[in-house]
Amino acid sequence: MKNKFVHNALVFFAIFTMTITGAMANTLEKAKTTGKFTLAYRESSIPFSYLGEDGKPLGFGWEMCKLIAEEVKKETGRKDLVVESQAVTSQNRIPLIQNGTVDVECGSTTNNSERGKQVTFAINYFYTGTRFLVKADSGIKSINDLKGKKVVSTTGTTNYQILRNLNDEKKYGFELLGAKDHADALLMVESGMANAFGMDDILLYGLKASSKESAKLAVVGESIQVEPYAIMFRKDDPKFQALVNKVITNSIKTGEFEKAYKKWFQTNIPPKNVNLNAPMSKELKDNLKALSDKPAL
Amino acid sequence: MFTLDWSFLSKKVVGTQTYFSWLMTAWETTLTISLFAFIIAFTLGFLMGVLRTTQNKYLVLIGNIWTEIFRNIPVLVQIFLWYFVIPKIFPIFSKLPAFALAVIALGLFTSSRISEQVRAGIQSIPTDQRYASLALGLTTYQSYRFVLLPVAFRLVLPPLTSEAMNIIKNSSVAFAVSIAELTMYAIQVQEETARGIEVYLVVTALYFISALIVNLISIVVEKSIQIPHFIGGRK
Repeated sequence: MKNKFVHNALVFFAIFTMTITGAMANTLEKAKTTGKFTLAYRESSIPFSYLGEDGKPLGFGWEMCKLIAEEVKKETGRKDLVVESQAVTSQNRIPLIQNGTVDVECGSTTNNSERGKQVTFAINYFYTGTRFLVKADSGIKSINDLKGKKVVSTTGTTNYQILRNLNDEKKYGFELLGAKDHADALLMVESGMANAFGMDDILLYGLKASSKESAKLAVVGESIQVEPYAIMFRKDDPKFQALVNKVITNSIKTGEFEKAYKKWFQTNIPPKNVNLNAPMSKELKDNLKALSDKPAL
Repeated sequence: MFTLDWSFLSKKVVGTQTYFSWLMTAWETTLTISLFAFIIAFTLGFLMGVLRTTQNKYLVLIGNIWTEIFRNIPVLVQIFLWYFVIPKIFPIFSKLPAFALAVIALGLFTSSRISEQVRAGIQSIPTDQRYASLALGLTTYQSYRFVLLPVAFRLVLPPLTSEAMNIIKNSSVAFAVSIAELTMYAIQVQEETARGIEVYLVVTALYFISALIVNLISIVVEKSIQIPHFIGGRK
């Protein structure tokens, strides 16, 4: 409760200060004059940005954010630059970027054109699409194998909507069920109440990794409606945009990006010391060459 | 501050379905679950309540155990037990659709509450009446059928109304086992339409109207069966 209060107070304060100072367009200028640079983190977006057991943020995105902070230090010439961190949620991340409370967010934020009107995204650094978690011995390999089967998705997600609409358009002939939350949907597949769980594949890998019967489960199918995740910062700031994209491009060229990917997606990671076993998607591999920041629709 | 925008109701979902027609289907599901669950709850609740007032200690024990089992476990846990656990132990239940399992869970949970009210209703009748009816030569069955139950039923009608209203509200737990009723509609549609306030307003109104209808029905029933000079009767 107390945290929530502090958090609400912060948001309020942030919005208040924004109205009196006006939005700061130039992030580098701001860092130079204030001597401060603030990274946003998510509390539980495993493995992108989340809190470890010591209460400090870590993750694939968080490492990218730290690289960006290093570059900002160089660019502004301030070795004494204080790098601060601030937790954000999916509800407040965009307002806090806009009003300057945080300077850059490296989490699991979908880069779509609606958000593109409010913030700017860097080169897409992850792709996720709706795929299916099934029992490995079920024989289900793709969406075409789901005729007459029960498919569950979590209620209150766009994945449910996507699957419903697709089932109607393409007549895949599966029965779509809505689960209360991700954990329930997983339980339904494990207990045989449903044959497949349709969700963002990265979430499925995470759920599979945390399941007791991990080896008996598999993530299958072509990605449906692929959406990119990207690092987010303030709009109309071409200098900072160039800096962030340079950091990403460099890390891709030096192989650091792939190393980080292997570390966070394909080896054991805290807090449960599980391996997500999520191979790099075709879309991401392509984008490591294309270096595009193209949004989803 | 904000303006309500109801235009989402006429938007297409899939095929000929709109958010309005989906809402109506969801409402129908809520009412159907509630109706079937209440039939189970009323039948078994009445039976168990009566058993608990008999002179046979085994029948009393059965009634008591029944009531305590279903009364002491939260309804959400019960619905999960019926959905995930019972079918593993008794495979025959895995053939039942989720809808039936939710109806059973909700019906049995409410039956324990009705059993308690029926027991209280019968026990509130002075014991003289039971003894008088037996002294007249009526069998136990006849004393219940012609003396105790007609009075007890009228006594418990008000709490029964509450239970019938409760069952409609409790039916929202069926959402937890993937039944597309009103609560599920609310959660999914507010995500799809981004009109959370409107969605919750309309769903709340439907729950309210449903409970109100039950209340009106019960008033009619109460009026039609009242006994002059008796509880709720004409003065």
